[in-house]
Amino acid sequence: MNVQDLYAISPLIVLVTWATLLILVDVYIIRDRNGGTPILAALGLLVAMGFAIAQTGQQYTAFNGMAVVDGFAIFLQVLFLGSGLVGIALAYNYLQRMGIERSEYYILLLYSISGMMLMAIAADLIVVFLALELLSIPLYVLAGFGRPKVEPEEAALKYFLLGAFAGGFVVYGIALAFGATATTSLAGIVQAVNAGSANLTLLSIGAALILIGLGFKVAAVPFHMWTPDVYQGAPSAVTAFMSVGAKAGGFAALLRVFVSALPELAADLSPVLWVLAALTMILGNVVAIAQGNIKRLLAYSSIAHAGYILMALVVFGNTQVSSDAVAAALFYLVAYAVTSFGAWAVVIALEKAEQKGLALDDYAGLGRKYPGLAAAMAVFMLSFTGVPPTLGFVGKLYLFRTVLEGGFIWLAVIGVLTSLVSAYYYLRIVVIMYMRDGDPQVHAEPWLRLTAGVTAVATVVLSLYAGPLFAWASQAVLKLF
Amino acid sequence: MLIEYLPIAILLVISTGLAALIVWIGNTFGPRRPTLRKSLPYESGMNPIGPGTRRMPVRFYLVAVLFILFDIEVVFFLPWAIVFRQLGLFGLIEMFVFIFILLVGYVYAWKKGALEWE
Repeated sequence: MNVQDLYAISPLIVLVTWATLLILVDVYIIRDRNGGTPILAALGLLVAMGFAIAQTGQQYTAFNGMAVVDGFAIFLQVLFLGSGLVGIALAYNYLQRMGIERSEYYILLLYSISGMMLMAIAADLIVVFLALELLSIPLYVLAGFGRPKVEPEEAALKYFLLGAFAGGFVVYGIALAFGATATTSLAGIVQAVNAGSANLTLLSIGAALILIGLGFKVAAVPFHMWTPDVYQGAPSAVTAFMSVGAKAGGFAALLRVFVSALPELAADLSPVLWVLAALTMILGNVVAIAQGNIKRLLAYSSIAHAGYILMALVVFGNTQVSSDAVAAALFYLVAYAVTSFGAWAVVIALEKAEQKGLALDDYAGLGRKYPGLAAAMAVFMLSFTGVPPTLGFVGKLYLFRTVLEGGFIWLAVIGVLTSLVSAYYYLRIVVIMYMRDGDPQVHAEPWLRLTAGVTAVATVVLSLYAGPLFAWASQAVLKLF
Repeated sequence: MLIEYLPIAILLVISTGLAALIVWIGNTFGPRRPTLRKSLPYESGMNPIGPGTRRMPVRFYLVAVLFILFDIEVVFFLPWAIVFRQLGLFGLIEMFVFIFILLVGYVYAWKKGALEWE
């Protein structure tokens, strides 16, 4: 170990140290008076983000090839830290209003983000697994944060059991990959495959098991069963963070492992991913139509969007397109994160205790009574659907383009058709908000209004400057070796 | 190859068979005169009171979870102690970091009242 190794994980060290010290500060200095902890946690995220951005443009491996710093890692680290900031903003008043104000929320959030950041720099399957656990375990606790009520406890237990189950798949996959190539390092796997010393059948099975395990994390069909229940039962601020952070973390691992280490297996695994992506898009969008609860609707919508991002992964074996595909996936993750956080901010503004205020009918009359909030929600729904000029449209454009370049025409057709299906339930919310009369009760707290406003403006304005953002994402492609 | 394991297989068959035979003989030919006292669960001569699955205070589980947590963390000291000389100063510092994190968890549990019985 040398200084450069520590420099490579400096954002991670800062964040973990900050979170650990925050426990002591919270227990000894702040005690019951909440208010200091969220601000200190946000400050920690900003400092860690500074350390992450300071590494822009650098490419090197650390810890004997266990970790790698490249554009991909830095891009995702900034995304994770940013989603942490939004997670704090969404929770700031919400936890108090729901009577579950505990400062552990912010500390667990920091720990979970540190796992996601480790995922972004992982260059070894063991580190991928370590990051997966570090990411998941705080989230299991956060999912049950609304205790002692039935729904959060059910959500936490379900998430924990299925998450542990999925973790088992990942470990078994790693073991088989190790059996096939005698190494767990991603670079080593590539070398072993190129040298012809790897057992490709065994490696394929291992990769498929890793895909199953991470498929649970990103909620791809048929591994999505937990998503609606957990998203509904967990406190909305946690759900918002989970739907962006955990998903992006899972995709970070999928992209890193499949694109950089396993392109030789494309002949076997591309069709599998094709089917997974198609099923995820179809089921997510079709089942979302039947939902009357906004949290369940957004859960199915998040499943559908996982399907769109999986489309980028289908072309992972085509070396000419794969770097474009990674850039498109990263861009779509940003677009999804911005839109999703905005939509959740509106949901949180309308939510009341005891799971009230979550039915779609509760949005009736929002357009007349709170025009600003309703306009923001309309922007998010249009962005989810993929209507210009929104980020969601540009993101889908890049995704479909890479899929077509990769030669998967029918997959792109399915993507476009399911987007049309999704228009039905997204626009229904807009219709309910503007066309129906009602008397919605809104807690328009400043942080929620700020989050909704900033994300709505970003959704529109960033889509007009999509070129530079995509160029940044393109620089962020994997440069592993 | 596999033939080397044959004696073990024979041993397994004979011992299982013998045990089954003894149980069978006792069951079939032994006299049976059950009384109330004989069919009670054996409790070192005491009369059993109440059902076998008793309700426990949930506090025991909290203590048990904390015990497992810190007990397993302490297991990591053993491999460290064995290669302590090879690791040198680096290993010492790492272990201090580890103990510090452990200590923070302990302080947190203490301050939050997890160690108080009432």
